[in-house]
Amino acid sequence: MNGALLLSQLINGLQYGLLLFLVAAGLTLVFGILDFVNLAHGAFYMLGAFVSATITAISGSWPLALLLSPLVVALLSLPAERLVARPLYGASPLAQVLATFGLLLVIEALAMLVWGTEGRGVPLPAWLRGHVTVFGAVLPIYRILIVAIGLLVAVAAFLLIHRTRFGMQVRATASNRVMAEALGIDTVALEARIFAFGAGLAALAGVLVAPLSEASLAMAFEVIIIAFVVIIIGGLGSLKGAFIAALLVGMIDTMGRAFLDDLLRMVISAEAAETAAPAISSMSIYLFMALVLAIKPAGLFPPQTRGKRP
Amino acid sequence: MNDPKQNGAAQAQEPPRSRPLIRRGARLLLYAELALLAVLLMAPWLSTWLNLPFWLDLATRLSILAMAAVSLNMIMGLAGLVSFGHAAFLGIGGYAVAIPVWHAIYGGADWLAGESGLFHFALAAGLGAGWALLTGLVALRTRGVHFLMITLAFGQMIFYLLSGLEAYGGDDGLTLDVRSQFAGLNMDDAAIMHWLAVAGLLLALLLHAGLKRTFFGLVLRGTKADDQRMRALGYPVFAVQLALYVLAGALAALSGGLAANHAAFVSPSMAEWTRSGDLLFMVILGGSGRVTGPLSGAAVFVILEEVLSSFTRYWHLPFGLLLIAVALHQAGAFTAFLAQVRARGKQGAMRAEADQ
Repeated sequence: MNGALLLSQLINGLQYGLLLFLVAAGLTLVFGILDFVNLAHGAFYMLGAFVSATITAISGSWPLALLLSPLVVALLSLPAERLVARPLYGASPLAQVLATFGLLLVIEALAMLVWGTEGRGVPLPAWLRGHVTVFGAVLPIYRILIVAIGLLVAVAAFLLIHRTRFGMQVRATASNRVMAEALGIDTVALEARIFAFGAGLAALAGVLVAPLSEASLAMAFEVIIIAFVVIIIGGLGSLKGAFIAALLVGMIDTMGRAFLDDLLRMVISAEAAETAAPAISSMSIYLFMALVLAIKPAGLFPPQTRGKRP
Repeated sequence: MNDPKQNGAAQAQEPPRSRPLIRRGARLLLYAELALLAVLLMAPWLSTWLNLPFWLDLATRLSILAMAAVSLNMIMGLAGLVSFGHAAFLGIGGYAVAIPVWHAIYGGADWLAGESGLFHFALAAGLGAGWALLTGLVALRTRGVHFLMITLAFGQMIFYLLSGLEAYGGDDGLTLDVRSQFAGLNMDDAAIMHWLAVAGLLLALLLHAGLKRTFFGLVLRGTKADDQRMRALGYPVFAVQLALYVLAGALAALSGGLAANHAAFVSPSMAEWTRSGDLLFMVILGGSGRVTGPLSGAAVFVILEEVLSSFTRYWHLPFGLLLIAVALHQAGAFTAFLAQVRARGKQGAMRAEADQ
């Protein structure tokens, strides 16, 4: 285990954690403000990847896809919000998960109709394919770009929620919806905007992931559970919690995959370590979640006040 | 609490939390479910008589899924706990059969190897109960949506664990070269396999119906109505719910063992979270808390899956729309929508009158 390897794995973990934050942010905002559990949130992540693949293929410009795809997906999320989510705000969680599970299947089937069952690769422009060497570690430029965008968006999201008029209205609606309405805030439109904002963030994560792996239908089903783990650890409804938990989960997962093998070798035989390491490292984030919950059942940063919807 | 009448009266005062899909036809539905049970019992004869071996296969699948759904219905109906990680128990039960069989044939791990069906199912029930105990200790400290998400995450943990078992096929799963051996039973006979599945289903149904009537069941239903009050009355709410969760986990793992024997194949996808969603759909469709409900829920699911997927590879589209419709109906969204339309109509009429 040398320094260069550790550094490159740290960047990988940071990059993965920030991508997770982009997905989890929308999930936790929608839960905290709208009291809504959205299993279909991962579908927006998948749509982001596919839409960016299409835009890149048509225009030939990946940066254009990066800018446009989240907007397109945010717009696409509005009908879903109106027809499926809005009637269920504040309803029983059971009805919410059932409906959004259905929504996820519907979006998956529609995506299959449009893009087929095959995955779509997204080629990066040449200037993003290079590497830089930092302290002896060879880092792909693209991963550094992801880290930069992730941090930028995280800061922007915090500023949006905590420093702007829109954010103040959002927080007012979250803590007391009726009072917010009485003060003249159009809560219905506000809620639709939050939903679309969350969908756009998830789509951005999908756009960023697509060149690394590829756009595939399975993305929607894989990411959602990990995003749930993140917001459970962070405390349901807390943006700060989601950020810290996403980074923790990203680091634990990446480090587990990279180094658990070697760590186990110190305790058990090399052969046993080789078979046990992948199974344990894929479970590591869930074990971490169990540990956090055993100590703090409401997560690391449970929101202080969360008004119930009438 | 000891007086069931009083309990009933207390429940009647509670506002209905979720509306049953079918209100007036409840009795009719019960008869249909009992008829379905009779058909399932006679399925091996019926399929030979009608010469439709494929339908027997379907009936066996239905019985096993219904058994799993009944075990989920027990925790939802009795204690009001909505779990989204129930498929994990099926995966555990399946691998509890497949791994000993694999070792019995290919050697290694003598302590685990074996073809005995009793050993397999005891192991499945034990592991299922153990997993329920471990996760229940953490998850049952929370309620409602937290419980739902935590069980979802724990369920996925089993999925990844099974996918990571590269010695046993990893993602690709494991084929059972022989089925569980029971003295005097030929498990390769489709009819015997079917009756074993139906026996499992009956066991689950009787257990649920029986539990509902016991003191234990009454306490559980009390915790569903108001767990704070039950705690104030001195009942060990956590322990009672944990006991139920462990029981349901063992039962679901048994159904997983049956599924492994039926398909002669196990794979991590048995424990995938979407499978938990399917089970939840079956319970809701049949009406959570109705003992025989999962029968009709599982029947609708199996028919939908079979019919829709034979028509179109996009069968997730109609199935997803159905899920949305069921959920919206359950939350009373359609009634609210109709009332809104009517109110708008009235407003329009009044405005028209005012204009004149």
